[in-house]
Amino acid sequence: MNQNLTPQTGHGTGDYVTVNIGPSHPAMHGTLRVIALTDGESLIKAEPEIGYLHRGVEKLGENLSYHQFIPITDRLNYCSAIPNNVSYEMAVEKLMGLEVPEKAQLIRVIMMELARIADHQVCVGILGVDLGAFTPFFYLIIQREEIYEIFEWFNGARLTNTFGRIGGVDADLPDDFEERWNELKPNVRKANEETEKLLTHNRIWMDRTIGVSAFSAEDALNWGFTGPCLRACGVKRDLRKDEPYCMYDKFDFEVPVGKNGDVFDRYIVRMIEMEQSIKIIDQAYKLYKEMPADAPLMARVPKVIKPPAGEVYSALESPNGELGFFIKSDGSANPYRIRIRPPCYMIYQAFPELVKGELIADLVACLSSLNVIAGELDR
Amino acid sequence: MDDWLVAIIKVVGIWVWVLLIAVVMTWVERRGAGLIQDRPGPNRAGPWGLFQPLADGIKLFTKEEIIPTKAQKFLYIIGPALFSLPAFSAYAVVPFGDKIILGGKEIILQVSDVNIGFLYILAIGSMAVYGVILGGWGSTNKYSILGGLRSTAQMVSYEVALGLALLAVVFVYGTFSLRDMSLAQQGTFLGFLPNWGIFKQPLGFILFIVAAYAEANRVPFDLPEAESEIVSGYHTEYGSMRLGLYLFGEYVNLVTISGVIVALYFGSWHLPYIDLGAYLGPISWGIVSFCIFFLKVSFFLWLFVWVRWTLPRFRYDQVMGLGWRGLIPLALFNIFITALFIQLTV
Repeated sequence: MNQNLTPQTGHGTGDYVTVNIGPSHPAMHGTLRVIALTDGESLIKAEPEIGYLHRGVEKLGENLSYHQFIPITDRLNYCSAIPNNVSYEMAVEKLMGLEVPEKAQLIRVIMMELARIADHQVCVGILGVDLGAFTPFFYLIIQREEIYEIFEWFNGARLTNTFGRIGGVDADLPDDFEERWNELKPNVRKANEETEKLLTHNRIWMDRTIGVSAFSAEDALNWGFTGPCLRACGVKRDLRKDEPYCMYDKFDFEVPVGKNGDVFDRYIVRMIEMEQSIKIIDQAYKLYKEMPADAPLMARVPKVIKPPAGEVYSALESPNGELGFFIKSDGSANPYRIRIRPPCYMIYQAFPELVKGELIADLVACLSSLNVIAGELDR
Repeated sequence: MDDWLVAIIKVVGIWVWVLLIAVVMTWVERRGAGLIQDRPGPNRAGPWGLFQPLADGIKLFTKEEIIPTKAQKFLYIIGPALFSLPAFSAYAVVPFGDKIILGGKEIILQVSDVNIGFLYILAIGSMAVYGVILGGWGSTNKYSILGGLRSTAQMVSYEVALGLALLAVVFVYGTFSLRDMSLAQQGTFLGFLPNWGIFKQPLGFILFIVAAYAEANRVPFDLPEAESEIVSGYHTEYGSMRLGLYLFGEYVNLVTISGVIVALYFGSWHLPYIDLGAYLGPISWGIVSFCIFFLKVSFFLWLFVWVRWTLPRFRYDQVMGLGWRGLIPLALFNIFITALFIQLTV
């Protein structure tokens, strides 16, 4: 047992119980673990323990060539592999000074936004399941499967997509993308609408989420929050707007912000982001169609990638927040060092603060609203 | 001798019938979930998956019975029994039809028309909590204890509201017998409404149904077995048919609660505006009244399923708050209004 969590007196009755939650527990998505000191139902302290899904991803990178590392990045945030791939590719491209063709950038945007929708769908669905509302999960997951169909039909993989190449993308969008997307779009919207109907104004849902694990904007910034969790606190920070990459500056979309930074705001921010992602895909596809059919998809990249010696950090707005890759190259075919900055890691650090004084049920709600993905947390 | 025979047939008959409904309910629950959630639900075993409960039963019966090493053996074993026994015996005083005349003998379609049937239900219902708390305690598992405690707190609190809501019904009908209450619901009320309990006790009905959902540990009050928080709560450590008894007892409880709701608030075996009993022979009326009663019961059973797959779950403090600060004052208010009304009109 953790030394910090030995029972202490002076608060309440002093008869505290240490409850070990996880690493295999229905609410600890993946293999998270929280050691909670409880006084009946209320939490005195909750301390997360990480590392149960540590696979040494960063170390693995040192022994692989630059291209070989792309499939490894799939395994970071396995709910949305594509932004991980693109983030890594962008870092290498930045290191090599490559200019990615516009058409490839648009394909990346379309796929990344699809992945964002899929990721948010899972997060919102699971949040519902953890709060006892099973049904929205199925509405959302059915549509996520449809998105995975698009991924599968694009490059043969559903979950671990290994999307793109360093310098561009390997394949063009298939011909019937438009049909598929037009078929999918209303269904995604309908699923979201039904989820909102079931949850947003539901009295029980509001009671369970509003004000639960609220976080101030200042605290969130201090703890290094990014992504929907930061925006829920009211900070308008989105790398797509603030440091545009992949032509994001050409799209018209809004960045939703919350107010209290509680579970409800995180949920609402995610719901609105899905709608915004649909808008972005529409615009990106419009631009894509204006491109000539034989426009290049890849920059001129040597067969063996040997970036010049140097360091680079490049980040993008993944569904969970700022996902950055730091790469140090010594000029050889293998990276000298790869370091990943996952959004979850910073957010999960604040977990004890977030659930302080809440109840056990809130711990579960808080955790799923943060969308902590063990793969990306432990790496 | 005849009386004994009739009584035994009734006991066995209704026991089998309630069991059957509970078995079908496990199927309806999952198929209903499928219907609501855009998916087929269990559809492999038999037509429309109808044999799924059978397959589950075989599975549960043939599983190895494991008693955790640290469990308190006696409590662990007696828990499920204490939970399912009240569930099975509570239906005894709930009617399932009007009466049937066989060979010149009038047989009431109710296992036993106890004149304090109402109190019997409350008494038996409150026994179920022992099964839950002992099961949770005996498992020696922190999650189970939490589940058991949640369940106990919830059942004890909502029993008060349940009892108070029912008390107002007793005021209205002036009897404790469920059969007399059922009989009193014939005809119309104020000239145009069916003479049903829900129209005389609208607030009482809402209070009762909320408290009943809490008593049955159903969504949105299923926090004693919240899977995502405390991993099935008091039955985390149970397996094989012991687990089966817990799960099954819950469905039997649902049948009883639905029966009570129909008998008290929804006109029992009466149809609105029409007295079929006057047109039908004694035997056919017996059968028809049975059918009417169970059609109504099945609606409320479906309501349980419907609510379960629609609503999220309450939090512990919210459940307690709703019980003590919401339902109980409202129930007292309801009693006051009812008493005032009776005082002024009678």
